[in-house]
Amino acid sequence: MAESPLKQTPLNAVHRVAGARMVDFGGWDMPVQYSGIIDEHHTVRRQVGLFDVSHMGEIVVTGPQAFDLVNYAATSAVSKMAEGQAQYAGLLYEHGGFVDDILIYKVSNNDFFLCVNASNQEKDFDHIVSINRFDAQVDFASASYAQLAIQGPKAAATAQQLTATDLSKIRYYRFADGEFCGIPSRIARTGYTGEDCFEVFFDPAHAESLWNQILEAGAGFNIKPCGLGARNTLRLEAAMALYGHEISATINPIEAGLLHNMDLNKDFHGKAALAPTLEKGPSRKLVGFEMTGRGIARDGYEVFADGLPAGWVTSGSPSPTLNKNIGLAYVPADKSELGREIHVLIRGAQVPAVIVPTPFYKRAK
Amino acid sequence: MYPDNYRYTKDHEWVTVEGDTATAGITHHAQEQLGDIVFVDLPKVGDSCTQGKTMGSVESVKAVSDIYSPVSGEVIAVNDSLSSSPEVLNADPHGTGWLVKIRVSNAVELDGLMTAAAYQEYLGGSH
Repeated sequence: MAESPLKQTPLNAVHRVAGARMVDFGGWDMPVQYSGIIDEHHTVRRQVGLFDVSHMGEIVVTGPQAFDLVNYAATSAVSKMAEGQAQYAGLLYEHGGFVDDILIYKVSNNDFFLCVNASNQEKDFDHIVSINRFDAQVDFASASYAQLAIQGPKAAATAQQLTATDLSKIRYYRFADGEFCGIPSRIARTGYTGEDCFEVFFDPAHAESLWNQILEAGAGFNIKPCGLGARNTLRLEAAMALYGHEISATINPIEAGLLHNMDLNKDFHGKAALAPTLEKGPSRKLVGFEMTGRGIARDGYEVFADGLPAGWVTSGSPSPTLNKNIGLAYVPADKSELGREIHVLIRGAQVPAVIVPTPFYKRAK
Repeated sequence: MYPDNYRYTKDHEWVTVEGDTATAGITHHAQEQLGDIVFVDLPKVGDSCTQGKTMGSVESVKAVSDIYSPVSGEVIAVNDSLSSSPEVLNADPHGTGWLVKIRVSNAVELDGLMTAAAYQEYLGGSH
């Protein structure tokens, strides 16, 4: 197979000059760490960190029936969204498995902005176009946006220095269009770390300037640039799903624990296939666990319950905040109760773990 | 950075021998590539090990990496302090972060390993 060159964000050179370690992340050349994953992780939990997430894709749906298309494509209650609100949703195949998980930003009933996973963006676009039987226009807009994520208890104090928009008026999962560092931007209180958060979407031509100005504004809080390594440990502690791990084409949203996110009062693409699971309940469930024996569960490791193969680890890692080894796993629904002992197969040995509530970490409000 | 009295493997372990006792660990380059090391799995005293075969593993936040024995022989000591302080492997991989001591069964094996100069050249070429 011919190797295609890795895709780059507009900040690629900035990351390299800053000494970030770069990795191939789903075809993108991305920083996995700067100062170290644990240090960056603690920086976000205690102060504020800055992430380049410009690899994320953007799809814009406009037109008289933009709402109808988005509402049909997404599992969630788009009808309940106010203008300026963001909502998490699944995009499903006809058979009920995930195409992707996305964030929907409602500008108006005729204008929706979708933020989708980097490695799924072309697939997501094709999918939405293929189910578009509405008077709606679907545009692939990824090249028009860089995205920076300012995350941590000092996120608001950092970001407020750079915009006249009153950030205290933007509640969690809301957004406003304004100027950020003098550049027209979409400023959203969304994130993927379990902390207070702002994500800014803007013209990629200004990426380096905004990156530097944010670092400068956060200097008093010891802001640090952070990579995808810390992003992963932070989102795992917050028990947020990652496509290709907790959710995929062979997992449906009920198994993934996202029933609460589904609007069953509407028709959406893939809904019909979920009827049997809705009626009987899922045969397998996503659970959180922490290791009680010595070892770190890793993605893909086999899980045993009652001595029998029972499922697999979807994400596993040390938790820097909790100082424990944690993970998420699929197990049979009848073996998924809190407190149950399971075992994770680590290099040939069954190491004990216990099913615990998620999220593993919740910030104090 | 890389002591001249050590020998190095292509898998980024080091070994130094006094009498018939080899002390082995992972190199500075190995710890740097791994990042924050959080877990170390070592053989037990009395285990035998074979040059080039897996004898344990080290794990960072992100990754698991096998450790290959740089020489054959019998494990006579392991660095138990690493189980409670694995970060020592990042801080001092060529010293207090040693992993195991091995009674060497075939000293000729050392001739197949790289000198410090050769290892640094190998690192330069592998970048």
